[in-house]
Amino acid sequence: MIDKKVVRVRLSWWQKTYYPEVARGLWITASHFFVNFARHWMRHVFRMKSVTPGAVTIQYPEEKRPVSPRWRGRHRLMLRPDGSPRCVACMMCESACPDECIYITPAETPDGRVEKYPAVFDIDLLRCCFCGLCVEACPEDAIRMDSFDLDLASYARKDFYLDREFLLRNSELTTHAQYDGELEGRPVSRLNLLKDTHPTTPSG
Amino acid sequence: MLLIVETLIALGKIAFVLAFVFSFAILLTWAERKQPALMQDRLGANRAPIFGLRLWGIFHSIAETFKLVFKEDFIPPAASQFAFRFAPVVALFPVLLTFAVIPFGNQLEIGGRVILLQVLNINVGILFLLAFGSLGVYGIVLGGWASNNKYSLLGGMRAVAQTISYEVVIGLTIIGPVMVYGTLELGDMVLMQNKLLFGWLPMWGVVVQPLAFLLFLPAGIAETKRTPFDLPEGESEIIGFNLEYSGMRWGMFFLGEFIELVVLAGLLVTLFFGGYHVPYLYDSFELSGVGGFVFPWGATIPLADVWVVVLRICSFAAKIAFFLWLQLLVRWTLPRFRYDQLMRVGWKIMIPLALLNIALTGIVLLAL
Repeated sequence: MIDKKVVRVRLSWWQKTYYPEVARGLWITASHFFVNFARHWMRHVFRMKSVTPGAVTIQYPEEKRPVSPRWRGRHRLMLRPDGSPRCVACMMCESACPDECIYITPAETPDGRVEKYPAVFDIDLLRCCFCGLCVEACPEDAIRMDSFDLDLASYARKDFYLDREFLLRNSELTTHAQYDGELEGRPVSRLNLLKDTHPTTPSG
Repeated sequence: MLLIVETLIALGKIAFVLAFVFSFAILLTWAERKQPALMQDRLGANRAPIFGLRLWGIFHSIAETFKLVFKEDFIPPAASQFAFRFAPVVALFPVLLTFAVIPFGNQLEIGGRVILLQVLNINVGILFLLAFGSLGVYGIVLGGWASNNKYSLLGGMRAVAQTISYEVVIGLTIIGPVMVYGTLELGDMVLMQNKLLFGWLPMWGVVVQPLAFLLFLPAGIAETKRTPFDLPEGESEIIGFNLEYSGMRWGMFFLGEFIELVVLAGLLVTLFFGGYHVPYLYDSFELSGVGGFVFPWGATIPLADVWVVVLRICSFAAKIAFFLWLQLLVRWTLPRFRYDQLMRVGWKIMIPLALLNIALTGIVLLAL
């Protein structure tokens, strides 16, 4: 049996008088207070932008922190260059999904180049656990979870039931070329789930 | 006619003091969030704009008041209906009275009438303040009891035990300054503090009674029930007396607490930091001639009495603001005491030290 000897630190008489240690603690917090106060004033009142910020806060709705390229969020469906969905309705993602939140209805393509396409491709985000298994399972790289839609919030449940048109709409958001490094530090474009706005395409 | 004028003057003073205390208390609700934010490298409350004007979130205090007023006023069905409604009033009202005995200036002569700048000039001033200050805890124990919730009741009981223990400390500590100044009236105490020691050092309470100050500050913070001693409330885990309260009834407990902070700051300033005095500044009553600055190295700056009063009110406000800042600093720096530690510090350390202070003061006074 291994014994861990716990070393109990006995307070010295000086520390037990309490006041000097309290004064030391107050000195630390007070110095933070005054340093940050001075920094805020220099930055925001005297407009000295080179001064270190007085707070590490990211003011969320206006500012967003850069997201890692590996980050998983709301899904999107990719398009082929001719504008048709890449998805071949093979049902791999639906089978892989542990939450059973993907609903696909396959249909035959009229021209016969590809056997099937998804007539219906719905995702119920309220069931999704964002595990990314659908992305792993897809043989066509048709479904991705890199929409960088950070603030999934709505007043109605139906807003979280995404249909094919919605999922396809963000197809051109990022391409493979932008995956490698370019995304780091790029401010994430805000995709408003509620307003169905078309996302801005990043340049480059 | 005389009666009407006297009444108007008294009402004016009351209105001034209430406005003074309330504006500090309301601003404290904002400072209570903004100061810790600065201490912790955060931004704190910075929204609530009025016409696009944010002013570092200062309007949060107004927004919060509105929120509290319009919140659902829930009273538990099993609670004692009358006592539950009555408790916040008991917690808030006596605290409002305490500031009456604290002077915010010496006196002002307007049209041959000498106006004392103190709402209530009674010769038991400090006893009045202590008595009404300690009445506030009745509201807290009543609120805890009326809630019909065992945790609320326990919080109220903790409040009573703590307040009673630390009232002993405060009472014994105050005896030191009272012995030195030889009066219980706060206005006279402040007047004494403008004398000079060794010809240059203002005879502030902290100079003649340093031990009393070091004991009074933590005991006072314990009386206001704030963080190193916030066992009655203990909102982070042990929860306390205000558990069942919501909306403005809860807000009244907290308004009372913030006013207690202002009163404690005022009392600290009055007893130990020269009250409204600016060092070396005298008015015409004290100099029996023209008032103004009389520096120990001989220089003088004559000032009209009105300006002396204005300077003194500003200095009083500045000193109070400093002590409020200090209290917030303590509140956001130190972790809470355990209950046995609280009682041990109070009864076994602070009370003997307070008694020692009385003995030392007596010896020094006899020797002088």
